[in-house]
Amino acid sequence: MAKRKMITIDGNEAAASIAHRASEVIAIYPITPSSGMGELSDEWSAKGKKNIWGTVPLVAELQSEGGAAGSVHGALQTGALTTTFTASQGLLLMIPNMYKIAGELTSTVFHIAARAIAAQSLSIFGDHQDVMACRQTGWAMLSSGSVQEAHDIALIAHATTLRTRIPFLHFFDGFRTSHEVAKIEYLEDDDLRAMIDDDLVREHRARALTPDKPVLRGTAMNPDVYFQGRESVNQYYEAVPGAVQAEMDKFAKLTGRQYKLFDYVGHPAAERVIVLMGSGGETVEATVKHLVEQGEKVGAIRIRLYRPFSIEYFIKALPASVKTLAVLDRTKEPGSAGEPLYLDIVNAVSESEMAIKVFGGRYGLSSKEFTPAMVKTIFDEAAKPQPKKHFTIGIKDDVSNTSLEYDPTFSVEYPETVRCLFFGLGADGTVGANKNSIKIIGEETENNAQGYFVYDSKKSGSLTISHLRFGPKPLQAPYLISPNTANFVACHQFSFLERFDVLKYAQNGATFLINSTFGPDQVWDELPVEVQQVIIEKKLKFYNINAYEVAEKTGMGTRINTIMQTCFFAISGVLPREQAIAEIKHAIEKTYGKRGEAVVRKNFEAVDQTLAHLSEVKVPASASSTVKMRSAVPDAAPDFVKSVLGPMIVFEGDNIPVSAMPIDGTFPTGTTQWEKRNISLEIPVWDPNLCIQCGKCVFVCPHAVIRHKVYDKAALAEAPETFKSMESKFKEFPGMAYSIQVAPEDCTGCTLCVEACPAKDKTQVGRKAINMAAQPPLRETEAANWDFFLNLPEVDRTAINPNTIKNSQLLQPLFEFSGACTGCGETPYVKLVSQLFGDRAVIANATGCSSIYGGNLPTTPWAKNKEGRGPAWSNSLFEDNAEFGLGMRLTIDKQTEYARELLPHFTPELGQELIDGLLNADQSNELGIKQQRERVAAVKEKLSGLKNDSKAKDLISLADMLVKKSVWIMGGDGWAYDIGYGGLDHVMASGRNVNILVLDTEVYSNTGGQASKSTPRGAVAKFAMAGKGIAKKDLGLIAMSYGYVYVARVAMGASDQQTLKAILEAEAFNGPSIVIAYSHCIAHGIDMAKGLDQQKLAVQSGHWPLFRYNPEMALNGQNPLQIDSKEPSIPLEQYIYNETRYRMLTQSDEERAEMLLKSAQADVKNRWQYYQQMAAMNFAKVSDKPES
Amino acid sequence: MTDLTTTYLGLNLKNPIVASASPLSKKLDSAQKLDEAGVGAIVMYSLFEEQIIHESLELDHFLTRGTDSFAEAMSYLPESSSYATGPGKYLDHITAIKKTVSVPVIGSLNGVSKGGWTSYARHIQDAGADALELNLYYVASDPNLTSNELENAYVELVADVKSNISIPLAVKLSPFFSSIPNVCQKLVEAGADGLVLFNRFYQPDFDLDDLDVIHTLHLSTSAELNLPLRWISILYGKIKADLALTSGVHTAQDVIKSMMAGAQVTMLASELLTNGPRRIPDILSVVESWMQERDYASIKQMQGSMSQNAVREPAAFERANYMKVLSSWKEQL
Repeated sequence: MAKRKMITIDGNEAAASIAHRASEVIAIYPITPSSGMGELSDEWSAKGKKNIWGTVPLVAELQSEGGAAGSVHGALQTGALTTTFTASQGLLLMIPNMYKIAGELTSTVFHIAARAIAAQSLSIFGDHQDVMACRQTGWAMLSSGSVQEAHDIALIAHATTLRTRIPFLHFFDGFRTSHEVAKIEYLEDDDLRAMIDDDLVREHRARALTPDKPVLRGTAMNPDVYFQGRESVNQYYEAVPGAVQAEMDKFAKLTGRQYKLFDYVGHPAAERVIVLMGSGGETVEATVKHLVEQGEKVGAIRIRLYRPFSIEYFIKALPASVKTLAVLDRTKEPGSAGEPLYLDIVNAVSESEMAIKVFGGRYGLSSKEFTPAMVKTIFDEAAKPQPKKHFTIGIKDDVSNTSLEYDPTFSVEYPETVRCLFFGLGADGTVGANKNSIKIIGEETENNAQGYFVYDSKKSGSLTISHLRFGPKPLQAPYLISPNTANFVACHQFSFLERFDVLKYAQNGATFLINSTFGPDQVWDELPVEVQQVIIEKKLKFYNINAYEVAEKTGMGTRINTIMQTCFFAISGVLPREQAIAEIKHAIEKTYGKRGEAVVRKNFEAVDQTLAHLSEVKVPASASSTVKMRSAVPDAAPDFVKSVLGPMIVFEGDNIPVSAMPIDGTFPTGTTQWEKRNISLEIPVWDPNLCIQCGKCVFVCPHAVIRHKVYDKAALAEAPETFKSMESKFKEFPGMAYSIQVAPEDCTGCTLCVEACPAKDKTQVGRKAINMAAQPPLRETEAANWDFFLNLPEVDRTAINPNTIKNSQLLQPLFEFSGACTGCGETPYVKLVSQLFGDRAVIANATGCSSIYGGNLPTTPWAKNKEGRGPAWSNSLFEDNAEFGLGMRLTIDKQTEYARELLPHFTPELGQELIDGLLNADQSNELGIKQQRERVAAVKEKLSGLKNDSKAKDLISLADMLVKKSVWIMGGDGWAYDIGYGGLDHVMASGRNVNILVLDTEVYSNTGGQASKSTPRGAVAKFAMAGKGIAKKDLGLIAMSYGYVYVARVAMGASDQQTLKAILEAEAFNGPSIVIAYSHCIAHGIDMAKGLDQQKLAVQSGHWPLFRYNPEMALNGQNPLQIDSKEPSIPLEQYIYNETRYRMLTQSDEERAEMLLKSAQADVKNRWQYYQQMAAMNFAKVSDKPES
Repeated sequence: MTDLTTTYLGLNLKNPIVASASPLSKKLDSAQKLDEAGVGAIVMYSLFEEQIIHESLELDHFLTRGTDSFAEAMSYLPESSSYATGPGKYLDHITAIKKTVSVPVIGSLNGVSKGGWTSYARHIQDAGADALELNLYYVASDPNLTSNELENAYVELVADVKSNISIPLAVKLSPFFSSIPNVCQKLVEAGADGLVLFNRFYQPDFDLDDLDVIHTLHLSTSAELNLPLRWISILYGKIKADLALTSGVHTAQDVIKSMMAGAQVTMLASELLTNGPRRIPDILSVVESWMQERDYASIKQMQGSMSQNAVREPAAFERANYMKVLSSWKEQL
């Protein structure tokens, strides 16, 4: 067999490569971790890449996975070869159509990057919960366990679906396989042509709906025939196993890679056999080989075809010697007699009347590690007379005691395999460089190569860990590099050494490379003593480079990727130095060449200058440093934070036992305050001499790290020496002291506060009342100042009217220190809501950026005040958030009503005056709310003695409902304009008092910048590579059409006052309200420090006209629409061409960019005119005024 | 028949009106309109050194930023198969314009530092440009930088660019030199075939509301003609290079004056941006009438006819002229 082309790609690309070439229509919707398949398909089609029949597949983005499945169904019914990609909740949304597609015997393949299901919490990581929820739909299910298999089995699926007419679900493990980069053998177009029978394609087409041969499909059947109809397809399912095996055999002849429905590996006379599917099969296979070599009679069945489940083939695959089967399910089915694969195997053994003991367990949920050590333990368990049934492996279950103990040091890796770990900052490009390194090693050497990447959950200052393996032997190791096994450890950020146990991964004699700002003679003394000790004990070879210096000199900024990559090759000796450098440069040209010569040149310079700065550090005989590693959280943190969240912060969460976990996904709020990340090298510093106390810096801060307070001057007696203050300029607080304070360890250094500050030094206008300064020298003193500041009393909420920026910013933010991007454009709005209404708010948050920075562990930003009140927050799903929030409102409305109904029952105990006060309270301001809370407290107090009165107990439990609650429904444009729009529309139409905040970034930000219906004309986004050709949906206009919905469009960078006014009005409006907030975003390709300026330009250009539509105005005979921005005063291009999302189209297709700009400019003009006409309508003359 | 032809950088032009570097050459159709209106030659909009280097660096920065940092978003923008950053797009455009218009097309490079970017001079030549205009403008803000150092840097740059090309090279420079003739002479010795006097640039302005520095572009007026007029007059005959007058040319009278001062061509931008290419035939028509009325047979006949060497009072172009203007101003008070 001729040598085949080898490529180094990830699992998503491996599957998509087949799907794209074997399809005519592809309907897509983004969801992690499958988005890559849709993105690649869209990119390939946009670039004109053809399928095997010589035509470019048509790729269409839908509004949801449900929509994608519907379109797939339609395309299939009309005869196109159609596919899609999804995962998790997305797959669940496809289930209704999957039944239809299977019921109609329709050939298709869905490729699934299998992922956990949101239950007690969401998880983006891999397991089989989603695909297992589809096993009853009538689809065939084929499983891949590696990147190569994702490529191969994708093709087998496409070939077999046409032969059998049964739709196929091809799945592989999310992240572990979808995101693993590996060297694989590429399947050429001719391989696809050899596997896919064109006659079957034409038969598929011949079954299509066409008016030229009309038929009717999709009837409604009655009890007389439905059952028979359902049974009519049995023979097709019976034929599937044979057909799949036939295609696998055909594939083997083509490629030499033989798959079986149930692949057995192991001892021919094995007595103990593990049964499983997915990437864990690779681990089990490698372990089995190792154990067999040790003389153990063990084996494994790796299931490829899970549905239809062929008992016949399964039994045939089993050695006759088997005594015990251990069945591993990567899923959880609470309450069942056992997990699904286990039950299938029990049934298979039972039906075949074999005397085999079967036991099963769960492993690997949400990408939990699954290692040879665990496999060994399961085999040991299988050898016991009574193996533990329904066990778990990989966790410590100290509640139900399901877990098996294992020895983590057990390893089956070949001694020739080289293992390398790289700790990087997200922003420094470490992962990208390592992906390139894997390609270089994979493609330029005979080595096998594998790369897998771990990210923390923050969007700013994030940490990445790259796990690279390479070596001459096969790499069946879909698990992370274990402690004490790495040959090479690189730490690209010196400060990580203080926070994480980086060197626990190094094996004795390994190489350790650090990037530091210190010279080779100085770096040793700067290391924490614990690190010094490990270097000495493990006899590590220690190298140092000041990569930042090289990067600075060569124009690389903070991107040290190329420099560290060069060091890696230079030290590791994977390739001869000269060749390695040549290959790095080749990779640079390949990666960056199209972006311009200057980019290539600066990278080349970085490579060339690296080696001169790299040096080996002489390791002393003893540790002497005075620097010590920091604990994960401060001592003052609550116990739960210390014992549960702390380990998560330092990547030790795997060790947390089941007993420590909340049982229902409930977590305390306000925990980000304990995670001092110190990610910014610069922080803002306040100059009281210039400050005008406007509060704008506080208003715009995305992370709530800059705050101001007015307080009694007497408090200053206890102030730290460097704490700054000035005389209050607030008319409400004469004679008091005033301070602005920054949280130095939480600031991300975005500089939005400096940009927003209007106070300039009259003698030096470049200097403002807020200026950036280096953080390290200020860290300690400012941290003390911050603690003092926090302990100053918060403002009395009843003492101010929050309708000015400065007053509103005296209110304590109850959303702080989130993991959002540096300079995030969404979080200032979120924070504002938390300040104004947080102590009585319930929040429904759609999945997306805001649910991730708002609710991703380890620590979360929603906080509470000193009275213990604060926003109660929850995320249901992506698609149902408006309805979820409405449900909250319904509860509040009902329970408030019930509480009000109960009050009169207790007139003797409460007194009429208190009851009247409670029932007629004016809660339109903070004073009214405070007084109502006092009344509620009185109720509880007065009724507390009625311990046997169930009505009294009910009223006590519901009395808090008598205090006005504020329901906020938040999410991004992907939710509001697309997947959740149906629900959003219904909730707006409901008339209920909910407040909807749309954080409009005009793109799916969280999943990496896919186009939504909010994406403007002319902007480039994923799924709109050629620039979006149609205009942005006008959600505000649609909302206004109801006439009884409060609608506002805001952009705080253009008008902070209008933003504040709109949010206050929206909340005060006793009905549905929606505020659509312009949120600049990293996906716009802008300098985030200029985000507020961009907002201003968006408004000035007319792209984002500001308005408020208040139905109450109409009741008074006034036009409800008030346009708050001026007529467009600058051309659209002055705004849009500051942003890469628009500008890149001028660089890739100038003509189209011009055409779209012209149309978009016309959109601006037309919309402005339309709004003007709406705002000019005379409502005084409307005879039928809407009722409240 | 009046002969309006002239030569510039060895190119034969049908008349002395050249469209100088401006957005008018950014579009094929507007370049075509210039051609149809009868322009003598077209200088392309400038390819800036910053554009060559920074445009691609900027694109790279924004396409790279945030990538591979967060598990759900490996990147935030799609990657196109190619980008026309800076030079490529510009070079393609030169080729397209050359195919579209009948008159000579002069490429334009703008920058000051030595470095790899000067190789784009050759690319411009290869793209089909008939000549190259190198636009030099550096705001010297470092008190330690001497005029001599700066001028030498200019000279080296001109020599460097010249070594890259075989087409004629014109150098466009600012009026801010202690000795303009000396600088001009050194530039010509370094390889300049022509000198374009003078360039005008965005100048900083202050926004008194926001206390910000802002950049504004004011189009030229005929009042600005006098500065280049003086220096063309002085340089004519003394410098062995073709002279082009730019800044302040709006009318037929401005064109005639330029010719008389010694320019081979006049360059227009503001006038064409304001009133469109149709001004070219208008101006040429008036020039022609004016020449016919006064029996000028050709443009060449009048070129340099009022240069410093040709007038009766050469000192009129020097300090004496300055004093005279001041005294005449007093007389008006």
